[in-house]
Amino acid sequence: MAEQLFYFFVYPGMLFAGIIGIIFAWADRKVTARVQFRQGPPILQPFYDFIKLLLVKETILPKKGSVIFFLLTPVLGLFGATAAAVIILMPAFGLTSGFQGDIIVLFYLLAIPTLMFIVGALASGNPLSAVGASREIKMVLSYELSFILIIAGVILKSDMTLQLNEIMALQQSQGAFIASLSGILMFIGAIFVIQGKSGLVPFDMAEAETELAEGIFMEFSGTVYAIIKFTKYILLFILPVFIAEMFLGGLHFAGIDILWSILKVLLVLVLIILIRNTNPRLKIGQAMQFYLLWVNLLVIAGLVLHYLGI
Amino acid sequence: MGLKSFSLKKSLWVFHFGGASCNNCDIEILDCLTPRYDVERFGMKLVGSPRHADVLLVNGSINQRDKPRLLEVYDQIAKPVFVVAFGACGCTGGIFAEGITFAGPVDNIIPVDAYIPGCPPKPEAMLSTLMKLAETI
Repeated sequence: MAEQLFYFFVYPGMLFAGIIGIIFAWADRKVTARVQFRQGPPILQPFYDFIKLLLVKETILPKKGSVIFFLLTPVLGLFGATAAAVIILMPAFGLTSGFQGDIIVLFYLLAIPTLMFIVGALASGNPLSAVGASREIKMVLSYELSFILIIAGVILKSDMTLQLNEIMALQQSQGAFIASLSGILMFIGAIFVIQGKSGLVPFDMAEAETELAEGIFMEFSGTVYAIIKFTKYILLFILPVFIAEMFLGGLHFAGIDILWSILKVLLVLVLIILIRNTNPRLKIGQAMQFYLLWVNLLVIAGLVLHYLGI
Repeated sequence: MGLKSFSLKKSLWVFHFGGASCNNCDIEILDCLTPRYDVERFGMKLVGSPRHADVLLVNGSINQRDKPRLLEVYDQIAKPVFVVAFGACGCTGGIFAEGITFAGPVDNIIPVDAYIPGCPPKPEAMLSTLMKLAETI
């Protein structure tokens, strides 16, 4: 029991994923600043933001809304993200004891934070938050189909294996899944899906700070907003790790492989940051069309190519 | 200096309230985000929602229609908050001070922590004021 709690709360769960996520969030802001020829914030900037929101700022509760759901949903979202982080990171760091988990469970766990943000936004009783929540629901409806198709593709490529560590072992013996045309198509689709899942710029219409005044996060302040920020830091760390495990040959922490593992995760991170910085925000209809038509077509083409053996 | 006040000092998020402004101050505020001045170096950023703000930046003359809205925004901000009056109109009323719809400079309505005079003030003035404000925390 104590071992499972340690896995969940300290390593590789909440605390560890949060700390690495804070560094990744700094990298996001720093690369963004360098792309725009600015200097960028210091390395501990997301940490200062988090401490300030957690300890200093006041938490304002909605007058016309459900206070219980408003306070409960960020915590549930954090637990969903942490559970996903444990299942994604344990195979990556070679920990074999405890719950191994499979890739289908991850599909559900990764949907929990977004759904909780939607419920929290609707519980705040703010009309702009409601608009943001409706946009986020449309985004979920759009990208989850692509995501399950990509997961199905990975399962097909690994001969119907559902365990993440076996998928990684298979890639280390037979070569990474991205080393084929079908793998490349699915990898591109997966990059777009995690862009939408982490709410980065071409697909950030749910928070849209200039038109909806932060949308679904508008009413959250103080400690509750700090928890939401922490959840987003964890997601920014585990989603690139998940992509690296599924397509880039997995992570392996021994010898020179440590360097390659870190470079793989950073490659995915820099890719999504660069997509974020070179694209304007889409309209919600354009985003739905993009996912439901183009990303799905891309992934289905990948599946067909896999059957043809390419 | 404790961790709390140090964190607050290092991450001041600014919410911009524009009164009946002539838009000149707004342009100068946006200049602070450009590569030349880059407020993000000091951890400041413009936020869209009053709930997340630490600094309320008020510019433009506040007339009788703006006054209840400014009070409402001030009430909605999570405390602690610092109010900065930006530009001649925000500090004193400027050339609108004797107009019939003028409802007093900002410090007649809400408590003000710092003033940035000028018509419009330079972006350097805003940076130096915010840094001095952060030193007082």
